[in-house]
Amino acid sequence: MDDHILEAHELEKHEALIPQADWFNRSETLQKLRKNKKFPTIWCSGCGIGVVMGALIRAIDHLGLSNDEVALVSGIGCTARMPVYMDFNTLHTTHGRALAFATGLKIARPDMKVIAIMGDGDALAIGGNHFIHAARRNLGITALVVNNAIYGMTGGQYSPTTPIGGRATTAPYGNIEPPFPICELAIAAGASYVARSTVYHALELDKFLAEAIAKDGFSVVEAVSYCHTTYGRFNRLGTAADMMRALKDNTIAQSAYERLTPEEKAANTKIVRGKFLDVERPQYTVAYDNLITRVQGGEK
Amino acid sequence: MTVQLMQGNEAIGWGAIAAGCRFYAGYPITPSTEVAEILARELPKVGGKFIQMEDEIASMAAIIGARLGGLKSMTATSGPGFSLMQENIGYAAIAEIPCVVVDVQRLGPSTGQPTAPSQGDVMQARWGTHGDHPIIALAPVSVRQAFDLTVVAFDMSERYRTPVILLTDEVIGHMREPVELPDFSKIQIFEHKVTEPPEEYKAFRNTPDGVPPLVPFGQGYRYHVTGLLHDELGFPTQRIDEIDPWLERVNTKLDKHIDQITLLAEDAQDGARVGLLSYGCTARAARHALKVARARGLKVDMLTLYTIWPFPEKQVEAFGERLDKIIVAEMNLGQLAYEVERVVGRKKVVRVTRANGEMVTPQMILDAMEG
Repeated sequence: MDDHILEAHELEKHEALIPQADWFNRSETLQKLRKNKKFPTIWCSGCGIGVVMGALIRAIDHLGLSNDEVALVSGIGCTARMPVYMDFNTLHTTHGRALAFATGLKIARPDMKVIAIMGDGDALAIGGNHFIHAARRNLGITALVVNNAIYGMTGGQYSPTTPIGGRATTAPYGNIEPPFPICELAIAAGASYVARSTVYHALELDKFLAEAIAKDGFSVVEAVSYCHTTYGRFNRLGTAADMMRALKDNTIAQSAYERLTPEEKAANTKIVRGKFLDVERPQYTVAYDNLITRVQGGEK
Repeated sequence: MTVQLMQGNEAIGWGAIAAGCRFYAGYPITPSTEVAEILARELPKVGGKFIQMEDEIASMAAIIGARLGGLKSMTATSGPGFSLMQENIGYAAIAEIPCVVVDVQRLGPSTGQPTAPSQGDVMQARWGTHGDHPIIALAPVSVRQAFDLTVVAFDMSERYRTPVILLTDEVIGHMREPVELPDFSKIQIFEHKVTEPPEEYKAFRNTPDGVPPLVPFGQGYRYHVTGLLHDELGFPTQRIDEIDPWLERVNTKLDKHIDQITLLAEDAQDGARVGLLSYGCTARAARHALKVARARGLKVDMLTLYTIWPFPEKQVEAFGERLDKIIVAEMNLGQLAYEVERVVGRKKVVRVTRANGEMVTPQMILDAMEG
């Protein structure tokens, strides 16, 4: 067992970590969680999605946003179940369509912070068209893509981000399709802010999410996670803790990556973490408000 | 307002503006595109928003999202696009989000004949999405009625928290007639009123009329919306004791208001034994046949349906009880005739159908009357 992950019996020794009777009411951050009926989550023990939920709540808390001014929109899949646990305006839609629903909501309420929460299959397979067009329009929405490289809810089918060679129930001899690079795709399609971190690097995820939500433009945060229940088992990658450690060992910060020699960069197989894009571009709802002003001013 | 020469599709656009529609999302498709064109031009003038989405799936999703943001919303399409919208139409039905979907029917199946009229989406309007669900579909017979029923569609969608399909066709959509539109400022659309404080608000609770009020997002009433079976708060549930009351309420809420929802016109004649039943563009041919038949001394009744779904069972049943023969004329292979046969019995029904892009003619109906 990894030395920095506490065993259950060790947890008991840390009194501060044991929830007290009024723990919920004492934590401002936890006030962003819903109080009734929703828990426990549907996620498997050890799943990384809960870490992303924590990061999202901390990011929203950090920005000082009230629960009322935030809307969470999701599609279908394990990740898409996230909004139901949080006390915001929450919209759990059809598979792949989170960004399309979010588009209507954002245009109706440009003042609200609209965050679309999707898995890799939701965002890039069935929802791929909406992803590139929301980016192209530079709508002021944050797209949070939890990338675990598999369809977990349906039992482990390969997704558009499954690595070549990865085994899945629908790739029993190994995947032969090249994966989509999510961040590069978002940059090419016209996003304003693009960053990637992992569920191991939770504090970095907090920071990127806070920046993305604050951005007035289409912002994308790829949160690299894992599915030990399906992908981990099919590919003999060990327990949730082993897969969590792999995120630590097999990723490299962008600052460190930049210091590599050209030869080292060419040989690099680690996932690069960092903020890849942060630019100012005309945001769609601002452009539309300008259009209304022009038209109402008598422009033909 | 003055009398203007106007297309059905234009009248639908103006009907939307008059009803307070302030968001339109759509994808170009013949023969519905003029609806999008007029709203792209007119919506910004009244502070509304228009967006051309990447496809019809996204268009349907966007109007649901916008209505949750507080704007009355609409999309318009034709057969192939209507097929793509079906999943999210079911979403609007289960999540009870008001919205209006215009289907300017063209000849199908598949790409079919984009410029040819049809009434082939009657059953798709009712059962196009999977699962049992309530739906309202309205079919105009004239340009002025295309305006009126668009306004009614918005009112019903709000009043009953349901998607409403304006099931028109290429003939009505592209036909030009002189119309005088009413004063828009006199048009009143149902508005949701919520009395309870946010902490007591239940977006999906049972009410005496079966329709709980809807508060848009961002007004302090935080709740969950999902396409999963849900409880009164909108949270997913697998408990039968929560699912059953919900199913009962949602699938009977339109029945509670069926008299207000049912719109039709009956033209009865003493001593008639034969009746015509039609809707949409084909009702115009049927009306002509009625005039000719009566001029020849035949006694004939006519029932024109403006509300197609929920099917006006009570009125059609009464129509069937006093007549020996009912001629159902439509531009498909007998989709609404199935419903008429179910209600009045198969033996009384004579189908006059055509699904090749040419209209049903008055002569075809006259032949059926005399046959």
